[in-house]
Amino acid sequence: MSDAPSGELLDLGQRVAGAARAGEEVEAYVVRSRETEVRVFDGDVESLSMAGVEGVGVRVISDHRQGFAWAGSLETAVVDETLDEARDNAAFGEPDEWNGLPSPSDFEMVTPAPLDVWRESLLAVPPDDKVTLAIELERATRAADPRVRGVESAGYGDTAVEAAVASSLGVAATSRRTMCSCSSFSIAGEADETQTGYGFSVGRAFDDLDPADAARTAAERAVRLLGATKPRTQRLPVVLDPLVTRSLLAILGSALGGESMLKNRSMFVGRDGEQVAAPRVTLRDDPTLPEALGAASHDAEGVPTRPVDLIAGGVLFGFLHNTYTGRRSGAATTGSAVRGGFKSTPGVGARALYLEPGPLGPEEVLASVPAALYVQSVSGLHSGTNPVSGDFSVGAEGLMVRDGALAEPVREVTIASTLQRILLDVGEIGADLTWLPGGGAGLTLLVTEMTMSGE
Amino acid sequence: MIDEQVLDRTLHAALRAGGDFAEVFAEDRRASSARLDDGKVEELTSGRDRGAGIRVVRGETTGFAHTADLSEAGLQEAADAAAAAARGGEGTTNVVGLEHQAVTPPHEVLVLPESVEKARKVQMLARADDAARAEGDAIRQVSASYADSRRRILVANSDGLLAEDDQVRTRFFVQTVAVADTGMQTGMEAPGRTVGFELFDEVDPEEVARTSAKRALTMLRARPAPTGKLPVVLKKGAGGVLFHEACGHGLEADLVAKDASVFRGRAGEQVASPLVTLVDDGTLAREWGAYAIDDEGAPARNNVLIHDGVLTDYMWDLIRARKEGREQSGNGRRETYQHLPMVRMTNTYLLEGEDDPEEIVRQTPYGIYCAQLGGGQVNTATGDFVFGMTEAYLIENGEITEPVRAANLIGNGPETLRHVDAIGNDFGTWPGTCGKFGQGVPVSAGQPTLRVSELTIGGTAGE
Repeated sequence: MSDAPSGELLDLGQRVAGAARAGEEVEAYVVRSRETEVRVFDGDVESLSMAGVEGVGVRVISDHRQGFAWAGSLETAVVDETLDEARDNAAFGEPDEWNGLPSPSDFEMVTPAPLDVWRESLLAVPPDDKVTLAIELERATRAADPRVRGVESAGYGDTAVEAAVASSLGVAATSRRTMCSCSSFSIAGEADETQTGYGFSVGRAFDDLDPADAARTAAERAVRLLGATKPRTQRLPVVLDPLVTRSLLAILGSALGGESMLKNRSMFVGRDGEQVAAPRVTLRDDPTLPEALGAASHDAEGVPTRPVDLIAGGVLFGFLHNTYTGRRSGAATTGSAVRGGFKSTPGVGARALYLEPGPLGPEEVLASVPAALYVQSVSGLHSGTNPVSGDFSVGAEGLMVRDGALAEPVREVTIASTLQRILLDVGEIGADLTWLPGGGAGLTLLVTEMTMSGE
Repeated sequence: MIDEQVLDRTLHAALRAGGDFAEVFAEDRRASSARLDDGKVEELTSGRDRGAGIRVVRGETTGFAHTADLSEAGLQEAADAAAAAARGGEGTTNVVGLEHQAVTPPHEVLVLPESVEKARKVQMLARADDAARAEGDAIRQVSASYADSRRRILVANSDGLLAEDDQVRTRFFVQTVAVADTGMQTGMEAPGRTVGFELFDEVDPEEVARTSAKRALTMLRARPAPTGKLPVVLKKGAGGVLFHEACGHGLEADLVAKDASVFRGRAGEQVASPLVTLVDDGTLAREWGAYAIDDEGAPARNNVLIHDGVLTDYMWDLIRARKEGREQSGNGRRETYQHLPMVRMTNTYLLEGEDDPEEIVRQTPYGIYCAQLGGGQVNTATGDFVFGMTEAYLIENGEITEPVRAANLIGNGPETLRHVDAIGNDFGTWPGTCGKFGQGVPVSAGQPTLRVSELTIGGTAGE
């Protein structure tokens, strides 16, 4: 496969778009990716996978009806058949006056961010080096603490993705990015007690990775939970670990998407301009930041991205939009179209969602509360939160905070509140902004009151 | 899908540099779906994916590569890449001549989805929309979708196995949003089976829509769920997913081997209440997790995992079974040809008991009656789990009274198994997608109405 910057993919996309008939709008989204995955177990390589994936997703809009088809192949005959299928499918959609592709005139005022998130060096790393890193990560996890009795899984993965969007209205955008990561899941404790801990490191180039830190974190997060007990049920302040904060923000980000809003599936519907959060809360999606792992100069419809303030000073400021939701809500696209690959039509989503950090480091956030629950990880987040009603109840494990510092571990508890109250109850926001895989950033966050159910 | 001689040459190429085992897994998948939202059919989608994954096992290491190019040249290239990636011991296996295996499908598929006109699929959506809205003005949003897939697979390996399967699945999904001055609530109903369009002979789109709408309307009246430990009665079908997550995963041989299961080394021991018999059955006709062969070519089986509370066996894939020198259990599955197989569940369920389901409720002075669970999560190493209840009621003085708002159930797998103290004589299943190490596969989970004597409810009703 060529490493020419997606030119070949754009040519293919433009060939499809060029086949549009009179009265038709046609868009092709073309993707090619290369991936490596190494899994190790017990000092040995368990598996090494190397793969290339390519495919195309074609949208056809005619008479305001939309049809879509995809194929996991870029062979000419298959691509042509995919266009025909999308065209046929369009006949079965109902007309919707807001269906339509973006036109370059929709975003002529926005200059695409000059992002460089492709590291050619990653493609040149020999597989042996990746294997060595993964084996060393597993060894270091075991060695980090005598109480670590095993490693459930440890591995390395990387991906290099190139994509192009071309449409019959003249959109022509290409993007490419590299990413690599390593992660380890430690198992700690004696036979009758087991705790697990996760550690990882992520970057764009191989040298960005810090497996020693991932190993240390994996071990520490398991070991510090040993001896965990179930506390009594109570209301108390809760401090969220950056990973937990990120997961919470992802749910808010989805509720702040134009689709959720238009379909009345968001607790933020009709609350524009209202104080929905504590005044210190500013929530922003900014895919133009190169340090964000979800950084992209263009969205999944080829529209340039830009920073979007969602909540500013605690006030609900705006929603994320793609072309469809922007037009239908009387706003405009915010360059927030996302796709789960070539197999889906563009939805709406955040790529680089973060809370503006506060002044206090994580220790200082802990020190600001005499007694609290520090939540290291949550489970059942998707089943336990309802972005429509705002109900929030998730399983949690972590440590109690006593006299401003981490104390005894707790397990098998749930923490509950509503998303509305959590936003208004934001106390301190940590200064420890960390960009994480999956798009957004996390930081240490104090929520002044939640219900913790235990005994 | 691929000529037998080409398969044979590809397997030879995969083992050219040595190895203990080689396999070609080819897949041809076609899918179509349609979605209605806001009263409008948004769009019809269709897709196709075709390719092969090749693995080579040498010692402890598996090398894997996949390709969308099913020509002999494409397969050779993937075989070379997989061979290069397998870097374990020496291995000098020869390829045994391929022999076509007869497979027994769990049931017959009557109406292939590609034989049904697109207009008929779309029609189901409009019927559901009308029916849901007719349930009341409080229903503000209806989202309905139809999805079908046909997955043809072929497995050929150096042991001489050559087997094929044709898996057809159809699902119908209705989500509703109800609004009142108490807030917004959602309801969901999503039946699915390993069949073609004949799904609609037994599933009425209107009825699915009404169930979804009633759920959302019920939740509008719900009060905050209590907090703390309570007895929980799980309605038939509603709680299967809990046993799938909290017990099933811990019985997967790969997790057991990695010390990531609370059930490690416990075969033959009493791990559950004597009322509990847990089965994983890939042959359960028409169920969402049914198939003729798994993605390693092994026939699906009915495997008893826990019998009268005693742990009898784990579930196995090819790699783990070879290591232990035993038979595969038909549980080696993968999401697509782009993935390596691993131990996965199929249709996992608790067998019926003898109690009258209504009597179980009558014998519960105070507790929770859970009629639908949402998703959940389990830490297999500790057995700790969390599940969201999406439809639940209070039980007061042996009667189901008021609905309670969404809340999590939290507990521990082995403890929950020990705390099952009543099992009904009814039975129901629920289809879902099970995720493990980033791969999703269709499964179903089932159980009779049963009671767990205590589970923690993470409600918001205060102390």
